[in-house]
Amino acid sequence: MSAILSLAWKSLLNRKGSVILTLVAVALSVALFLGVDKARTGAREGFGNTISGTDLIVGAPTGTVNLLLYSVFRMGNATAEVSWPTYEKIASRPDVAWTVPISLGDSHRGFRVLGTTDAYFEHYKYGRGQPLALAEGERFSDLFDAVIGADVARELGYEIASPLVLSHGLGTASLGAGHENRPFRVVGILAPTGTPVDRTVHVSLEAITAIHVGWETGAKNPLADTIDEKMIRGFDLTPKSVTAFFVGLERKGTILTTRRAINTNKGEPLMAIIPGEALAELWSVTAFAERALMAVSVFVIAVGLVSILTSILTSLNERRREMSILRAVGARPGHIFSLLVLEAGLVGFLGALIGIVLIHAILLVAGPMVEARYGVSLAGTGPGLTDLYTLLAVTLASLFIGMVPAWAAFRRSLADGLSVKV
Amino acid sequence: MTDPAILIEGLRFAWKGHAPVLDVPSFRLARGERLFLRGPSGSGKSTLLGVIAGVLEADAGKVSVLGQDLAALSSSARDRMRADHLGVIFQMFNLVPYLSVVGNVTLPLKFSAARRKAVGGNADAEARRLLGRLGLTDDAMLDRRVSDLSVGQQQRVAAARALIGAPEIVIADEPTSALDTDARDRFIALLSEEAARTGAALLFVSHDASLARLFDRAVDLAEINRAGAIT
Repeated sequence: MSAILSLAWKSLLNRKGSVILTLVAVALSVALFLGVDKARTGAREGFGNTISGTDLIVGAPTGTVNLLLYSVFRMGNATAEVSWPTYEKIASRPDVAWTVPISLGDSHRGFRVLGTTDAYFEHYKYGRGQPLALAEGERFSDLFDAVIGADVARELGYEIASPLVLSHGLGTASLGAGHENRPFRVVGILAPTGTPVDRTVHVSLEAITAIHVGWETGAKNPLADTIDEKMIRGFDLTPKSVTAFFVGLERKGTILTTRRAINTNKGEPLMAIIPGEALAELWSVTAFAERALMAVSVFVIAVGLVSILTSILTSLNERRREMSILRAVGARPGHIFSLLVLEAGLVGFLGALIGIVLIHAILLVAGPMVEARYGVSLAGTGPGLTDLYTLLAVTLASLFIGMVPAWAAFRRSLADGLSVKV
Repeated sequence: MTDPAILIEGLRFAWKGHAPVLDVPSFRLARGERLFLRGPSGSGKSTLLGVIAGVLEADAGKVSVLGQDLAALSSSARDRMRADHLGVIFQMFNLVPYLSVVGNVTLPLKFSAARRKAVGGNADAEARRLLGRLGLTDDAMLDRRVSDLSVGQQQRVAAARALIGAPEIVIADEPTSALDTDARDRFIALLSEEAARTGAALLFVSHDASLARLFDRAVDLAEINRAGAIT
C-alpha cells in the first residue's frame, strides 16, 4: 500500500496546477465551515461566561432576552425602570441575600456608563465565578469617581486621575447634550475579564442622579448649569429608580418561588429572569440562524469535495495510458482502484489541513479585532477536537468520493487489457 | 524447468459480440528463445499479447506460461504471474510521466516480491546498471523528466524496466516503430544482448518483416492465426 501511496503522491505532484486549485477549494470550504463553527461557539462561550453567581435578574417587564441583553451585555435599551422603593422592597426580602442595582442610559465616548453600588464589586461574578479585580487604583468613593473597564482604559489611554465627561444618551459625540459641567475622575481600572465589563465606565448610583439634576424632563434645563457641584453635594441623591438589579439568594432552592413572588409583585409590575434560562432562550432564537449558517458551510464543503471528484474524473482520460502501463508492470485492478482513491484522499486530507491552518491563522490575526469590535472572544478556540473531526470527516468523504473515478478506472483497466489506447 | 516459456494450444478469443480475432491452433516460445512475430496492425497481435500477459481470458484452448495454465489461475494470480515473470515494452509512451527515469525502471519491483528478490538490495543501482548497459549513462539525462527524453531514450528506459529483476519472458509490442533505422537496429541488438544475459525469452512483435533476420526464429501471425486470415 505504501508503494501505491507514493505513486499517488508523485502523480499529484505531477499535476500540481490543477491539484493546487482543488486544494484551495477544499481549504477555503473547510476554513469557512470551521470559522462559522468557531464564531458560534466563541459567541456562546463568551455570552455564557459573562455572568456567573447571579440567581435572578430583575427589571421592568419586557422580553426575557431583552432584559438579559441590556442588563448584562449592554445591548439595546430598557423600556422602563424599576422605582427605588420597589427595589428596596425586593432587596429586603428574607430569601434575598444580596442585590446589585444598576442604572444605565449614559455613555462616555461610545462606552456605556453603569451606575451601581459597592455590591457590584462584591457580587458580580463572571466566567467560573471569578470576581472583578482592580488592576490599578480603588473602587469609587467620592461622588464623581469612576472605575473603568480594561478596554476603556486601553482604548482611550486613561490612567488613574484622568478626567472624563459623560454624555447623556448613547451617542459618541453628543456635544452640548452632555454632562460637561460634572466631570468625573478615574480612580480605578479593572483587570480584563473578556466580558462587557471591560467596556463599561462604572460610577455610583448617586453620581447618576447627580449628573441628571436639571434633566428631570428628559432634556437639559437651561438652569442646570447654574447648579454648581457644591450645591449638588448638598442634595438628596438617593436614586428615584434603577434600570435593573441582580439578585443573589440565601438558598438556591427557593429560586423558582422567589421568581414567582417577584413576577407577581403587587403594585409595580416586575420581571425576574434566571440568567441561564434566558441564555438558553437566546440560543433558541439564534439557533435557527446558526443552523442555516452551518448548513450553508456544509454545502460549501460538499462543493469542495465535488471539485476533487471533477479534477480526478477529468484527468482519467489522459491517464488511461498510465493505467495500462501500471497494469503491464504487474499492478492489479485493485492497485489502480486504490491509487485513485488515495489520490482523492490525499487531496482531501491536505486541503482540510491547509483549511485548518488557515482559519487558525485568521483567528490569530483577526481574533483581537473581532473581540474589540463585537465583544465576542475567539480566544480559547485554538486547535481542538472539532478540527480533528473535520479533518477526519473530510478525508473519509474524499476517500469515499474517490471511489467514483476509481471504479471507472477499475472497470476500464479490466476492459483495456494491455493494449494502450489513446 | 523444461516447460516452454509460452505454449498455446487451440486458443480462441473474441471480443464480446464480435467475430473471433484469435484462432491459434498452436504456438510455442522456448525458454531463452528470441522469437520474431510478424503481424500487420489489426491482425490480433495486441490481443494475443493481452492473452499471454493474462490480462485477457481466452474463450477456449490452453495458454501456458512457464508451464502454468493461465485458465487455472484466478485473475489476481495471473496479475501476480505477469508481475513476477513478464516484462513488457510498448510501441511508445511507455513511461509513467510522474516518475523519474530510475523510478520508471524500478516500477515492476513495487509489484513483485520475486523480482525484488532477484535484484537484491539496491534497486536503484541495478536500474542504473541496466540503463548503463543500454547506453544511458548520462546522470544529467537520468534526472530529466521522462517526457523530455527522446523516443529512442524512452524505449531504452522501457527495455530496462522490462529486464529488471530478470523476468523469464520479455514481450515487446512494436517497440521500434517510432525509431529510425539506425536506432532501431541498435535497440534490438541491445535488447537481444541483455535478454540473452538474463536468460529471458524474447517475444518481439512487429509489422516490419525486415527485422526478422535479427532473431533466432520468425513466425508470421497470419500463418498461425486462422481467424486473422479473414481480415
